[in-house]
Amino acid sequence: MAKKDAPPRWDRKMQQRLARGEAAALGELYDRFASLVHGLAHTVLGDERAADRITRDVFAHVWEHPDTYDPRQGPLRSWVATLTHRLAVQRLRDTETAALVRAGQGSTEELERKVRHASVAARADYIVQSMPVPLRAALELAYFQRRDYRQTATDLGVTEDEARRRLRLGLQLLSTAHDAGAAPGAPPGYGGAV
Amino acid sequence: MNEAERFPDKDHDQNKHDQHERDQHEHDRPKHAQDKEKNGSGETRGADGMSSGNGDDQHPTPEPSPDQPPRIPLPRASVEDTGRPLPALEDLGDLAPRPAPLVLEHRVLKSLLGAWALAACAPEETAAVEEHLGDCGSCADEARRLREAVGLLHPAETLDLDPALRARVLEGCLERRPPRIPVPEWATPYDAEAARLDALLQDFGDAEWHAPVRLRWFRGDEPTSRRTTVAGVIAHLLTVDGLVAIALGLEDPMGEVAADRPTPSARTEAYWRASHFPPTRAVRAPWREQTHDLVRTVSFTGGGTGELSVPYGDFELPLRDAMLDRAFECWVHAEDIAEAVDYPYEAPSGRDLHHMVDLAARMLPTVLAARRRAGLAAAPPPGPHRRLVPAGAPGRSLRLEIEGSGGGEWLIPLDSPAAVGSAEHEVAHVALDGAEFCRLAAGHVSPAEAAAGQVGDREAIRDVLFAAASLSRM
Repeated sequence: MAKKDAPPRWDRKMQQRLARGEAAALGELYDRFASLVHGLAHTVLGDERAADRITRDVFAHVWEHPDTYDPRQGPLRSWVATLTHRLAVQRLRDTETAALVRAGQGSTEELERKVRHASVAARADYIVQSMPVPLRAALELAYFQRRDYRQTATDLGVTEDEARRRLRLGLQLLSTAHDAGAAPGAPPGYGGAV
Repeated sequence: MNEAERFPDKDHDQNKHDQHERDQHEHDRPKHAQDKEKNGSGETRGADGMSSGNGDDQHPTPEPSPDQPPRIPLPRASVEDTGRPLPALEDLGDLAPRPAPLVLEHRVLKSLLGAWALAACAPEETAAVEEHLGDCGSCADEARRLREAVGLLHPAETLDLDPALRARVLEGCLERRPPRIPVPEWATPYDAEAARLDALLQDFGDAEWHAPVRLRWFRGDEPTSRRTTVAGVIAHLLTVDGLVAIALGLEDPMGEVAADRPTPSARTEAYWRASHFPPTRAVRAPWREQTHDLVRTVSFTGGGTGELSVPYGDFELPLRDAMLDRAFECWVHAEDIAEAVDYPYEAPSGRDLHHMVDLAARMLPTVLAARRRAGLAAAPPPGPHRRLVPAGAPGRSLRLEIEGSGGGEWLIPLDSPAAVGSAEHEVAHVALDGAEFCRLAAGHVSPAEAAAGQVGDREAIRDVLFAAASLSRM
């Protein structure tokens, strides 16, 4: 559940509390981000157990190194998502490489394609979850409910112009999931813009 | 090759894949839209919320209407699906008039790209956009990008997190870096139960929030109950947890609302009465925030001797016991809610359950004494034990054996809260499953029906089972 009232202050306080070694803060951090972390890890890895392990690793990292998060660089949520993405993709690459070596079949190109695909899917999920609610609601109606944009406008109580704008903007945001960054360690798509 | 040419090619290649289905939807869309208008309903989609792609074969055929041309595929659809050349206009005659060509500004066409990519435009607009894409490289580029983005949409999988994962993850963390400010051991059951209940509430819609719930407990040895809703139960937890909040110097969640008496039930009834509308899902956030605040605050203030005591109106509990009591209530009411909406709900972890059983077992001697004073429990039998036992001395005892995860054995002194339970003076032995004992203490099963193995003094057993049930309250 994304709470709108929170961002920078909550993030800053949370970091201070974690740095201070307050166990209650760790619990709150988990309660806020566990489903995000587990969901992203599951999208990348497609496996419950593996997603559990990534969840453990992500929270352990934040708890042990709270200072590596800089509130001025963006929301804690994006930072946690980026960290999850990095660890999950790394895990996928490791397990797939091991499988490749073991089986002696397949190619590194296939492996890279698989990794890229999982990576884009995870970013897309994050973008959909994080986009402003009005945009998500419009996409929800037009795509899942198969409403045309005029019906979407009526359902949302906005002008047709606005409905068209939301659908286009929503897809534009979503399309950035394809923009794989040059630096593999820093996947885009988790920025503060979304 | 210019941008405009590249676009349709690419689109065509992808027809083999999932893009194919989307295109089908798009070309069918005008017909669907017409069917829908005539049928007066939107029931033209499959169970997955998507149209089947050739809906006309499956949907009720609309009444033929005189002012409607016979069904002939729209020109664009037939061309793209079959690859055949566009039929000459003369062949079509007046039968299939193309949608009146719309002349739209570039600005408008661009604004339609999102709706177009989602197949959510009117047929004339779709035609106008697609014609435009042949001429405008930048729009064609964006159109392709947005189409690809549509491919990334999929129904959200609601994967329930394993509630046990929380404890595992947190424990793992705390082993790697021991906390400087730990959560006291007696507060962790409350922390865990609040998190489990919150996870249960996660996906509730309005129907679940307003589902009726019957709260059950024992009063004067009679089962009693009170109707409310799921949201009403959360409001109840909010107001009673508020007793701990007040004791800790935090804000009273009741705000301006005044209760006749500072008891759990009076506060709850006052809160329910004061809201103009039945409680809604809006109670979730303040309840959850307060649970976090309590855990946080007791981590700072409660670590000492536990001197702090929490007034419940008719009685008081030391802070550590109050937090266990609230953990117990949180679980009991989470079960009420889960039952009301027909969701499964597990018992607490063995360690947490043990803490809760221990609290109930420790409260039993005091409750027994109060019941004896009220004439509800038997006086000590005549004989050498006739006198009340001096404080700290061993007294007549009942062995309470709790089975299963979180279980254990407790010796309950029967004749005085000040006496010490003693194996030598054991007069009876009761064995129950942990969850069953908690259901008894919650007033969800009557003392007579509780599945308990019993040996020994029947009166003592009866008194203890009724005392356990009388621990329950709203």
